[in-house]
Order: sequence, then structure tokens, then C-alpha cells
Amino acid sequence: MERTTPHFHEELDALKARLLEMGGLAEEKVRLSIQSLVERDSALVEEVLAGDDPINRLHIEVDGRGFMLLALHQPVATDLRMIVSAIKINTDLERIGDLAVNIAEAARRYLKHPPVKPLIDIPQMATIAQTMLRDALDAFVRRDPALAQVVLDSDDRLDALKTQVFRELLTYMLQDPHTIEPGLDLILVSRHLERIGDHATNIAEDVIFMVSAKDVRHQTLDDRPIR
Amino acid sequence: MTAVKIAAEQVNFFYGAKRALQDITVAIRPHVVTAFIGPSGCGKSTFLRTLNRMNDLIPETRLEGAIRIDGQDIYATSVDVVALRRRVGMVFQKSNPFPKSIFENVAYGLKINRLANGRSDLADRVEESLKAAAIWDEVKDRLHEPALSLSGGQQQRLCIARALAIKPDILLMDEPASALDPIATQRIEELIYQLKDQYTIVIVTHNMQQAARVSDFTAFFWLGRLVEFDETRKIFTAPAEKLTEDYVTGRFG
Repeated sequence: MERTTPHFHEELDALKARLLEMGGLAEEKVRLSIQSLVERDSALVEEVLAGDDPINRLHIEVDGRGFMLLALHQPVATDLRMIVSAIKINTDLERIGDLAVNIAEAARRYLKHPPVKPLIDIPQMATIAQTMLRDALDAFVRRDPALAQVVLDSDDRLDALKTQVFRELLTYMLQDPHTIEPGLDLILVSRHLERIGDHATNIAEDVIFMVSAKDVRHQTLDDRPIR
Repeated sequence: MTAVKIAAEQVNFFYGAKRALQDITVAIRPHVVTAFIGPSGCGKSTFLRTLNRMNDLIPETRLEGAIRIDGQDIYATSVDVVALRRRVGMVFQKSNPFPKSIFENVAYGLKINRLANGRSDLADRVEESLKAAAIWDEVKDRLHEPALSLSGGQQQRLCIARALAIKPDILLMDEPASALDPIATQRIEELIYQLKDQYTIVIVTHNMQQAARVSDFTAFFWLGRLVEFDETRKIFTAPAEKLTEDYVTGRFG
């Protein structure tokens, strides 16, 4: 039985649309920040650092919409899970936007030095992180827990690459102290990308919860149904 | 300045010696849904009924203060109460269709007020009203069957159609869904939402969640006083008064 009114569902759709808009902006920001680093494009760095406002505005708007829907419509079941998930995903997307800014800040410092080495693993990490984010958002739109699971499964590769980047840069830095500053910035970038993957993982977990009411976080606690 | 449809100023209302409303001052805006909430006996229904002078029908009652609709004092001696109630329609808790056909229930007000030009205009207006009340599709093939053969939810929407037929600009609703099941309630709520573009709606409800779902503004009454009046989103997320907070969170009494 549909307990709620059609205008509630319109509001729900609007919430979803705004959240996806936010997801699109976060994706774009990550893409541009990495591009600015890889292509050594200082102008692009400044462009990324200039605009955080649309994401921040949406962050507040999405939370506000979710909050009002909970307060005024007393949603239950799938509607309730969708709104709670949207509020949580919103936080992850905002953090991803911040991490893209952090990457651009690291790029700004990095570009003041000659390249430490050709960038290979970092672009690869970026590709994985961006794919995870895109898949997580697609899984949300399509209500597709299988795709969300693909995101969860990708995270290990990202973590492994981060460790590899760290070890490799360490050898450069030990050999030549001039590479310490730019080397640290590349390590930071790899760390930010790894964090973006973590947020994409959170989103994917929320999608699974939204669709199947299963809490798949902290798997060591077993696959618990919600209580 | 924001538009005001109904303005109550320092309204006091008495049943005999008992004061049921104390110094109610409130400005209700046009084309929004305003909900009155509060525990039983708080005065919300009494106040609703002062807005089209339904309380006049109760002996030994008295009103002090002023209520203005579109700036006009509706308690002025020159006011034609019947004309007032034509402008300010009402729907009650218990649906109360006339023991006539579905068609005649809606046509009745049009006929006695001579609002229709001939049979086809009458039929058109009945259809229009039934459509506005979102019941046309369910009754169009049985217009001449008794209204009392309809379900409770249908009867209530028929009563709304009857109220709309004479083109009021304000619709007062006193617990319009409290006797209905959840599906019928939902239809009434959705109808209220749709009607606010054309009417100013004031609804009394015991069901706080209903007030939250359908209204734009909410007034919380307690012991005959208006404790708080604000946007519904404010009342249900961050009310200014402790009493309101206690009531909407269910911590009352």
C-alpha cells in the first residue's frame, strides 16, 4: 500500500536529482584536479581551487530536503532508507569535493618543482577512484546492489597501489633530498585518492542498505540484517 | 507586506460564562493550507467555526474582538451570514451528504443560490466540482444513485465537491479525514494539496502527522490560547515554544 501522497514522491525525486547533481559536480572536480596535476596545468589548478560553492550549496540543500522529508512525511521502509542513505551519501560527496581541492593544493605546490618521476601509478589510482565513484552513483540511480558490490571489491586495488606509490617515492626521496618536498605531495595525492575510494565505498554500502536493507559495513560483524 | 486572507484580532469566545478562546490574534494567508492542532478542548474547532460564524447557531455564545476576511469584519451587523458561509465553505468530520442522489448533492447549492444557467450549465458545474474533488471518475457512471451508497471516503469527497460547487474562496475543514481509512485519508490529503492553488484552506486535525504533511502553516492551540503560529516546517523541526515542542514530540500531559 502506498501510504504517502504523490507530492511526497515528487519531493523524493527532487532530493534524488539534487544529490545526483552534487555527485556530478564532485566527479568533475576530482577529474579536473587530477588532470591539472598530470598535465602540469597551473591555470586548471587555480580553476579547481576557485569554485567550491556549488557543491557546498548543494550539500546544505540536500541535507535540508532530507531533514524536511523526515520531519513532515514520516517516511517508512524503502522511502525511509532512501532518505537516510541520501543524507549520508551527501556527506561523502561533500568530502570528495574537499579531497579534490586538497589534490589541487598539492598539485599547486608540486608544479613548482621539476617532476620527480613520470606519473604512472597515480593516474591509475585516479582512474580506479573515479570509476568507483561513478559506479557507486550509477548503482544509486539504478538501485543496483551488484554494481555497488563491484565498487566494494575495487577498494583493495586502490589501497595496494597507494602502498606501492609510497614505497616507490620513498626510494626517490632517500636518494635525492630535493625530491622530498614534491615527493611528499605525490604521497599526499595518493592518500587523497585512496580516501576518495573510501568515500565511494561508503556510498556503495549505503546503496546496498537502501536497496536490500542489509548493513554490509564492518563485515567482521557478519552480515547482519537491520534490527 | 504579505497578503492576509483572514485576520483575527484579540478574539475571545465564550460558551455561556466559559471562555473557550483567549485573545487569539492571527493572520492567515491566502492560497495556503493552515492547520490548527492541539489537544482536545484546546479551542481549535471553536476557532475554526468562528471563521464562518457557525458558532452563531449555538445558543449562549458570544464573541469579542474582530475577525476580518479580505479586510471586512464578518461580525459587523451588516453582514449577511448566508452570503458569508457561501464564501467560507465547510467540510465536517463526519461526511454528511443529503439523502439524495450524488448529482443532487452537488447541484443543490447551485440551484438554491441560482448559480447555474439551465440544465446543461448545471451538469457542467456538477462535473467540474466532482472533478475538483477528485471523485468524478468513481461516480460519473452512477450520478443518480443515492449519495449514501458511496463509501465513507467517497462521501467525504462528495461533501468537498458540494462545498466547492458554490465557489467559496475559503474552505474550512474540521477533521475531514479522521473517520477514514489510510487510503481514503491519503486521497483527501492529496486533494487538499491540489486545492490550495484555488482556495484558502484551514484544517483542524487531531493528527499531527497530517498537519505536517498537508499544511504550509500550523497554529498550535492549548487551553483556548494560540501558543504558536508559524510555518509548518518550523513548527515540526524547531518550534519556538517549549509547549509546542512538548506537544509535537508527544511529551504532553
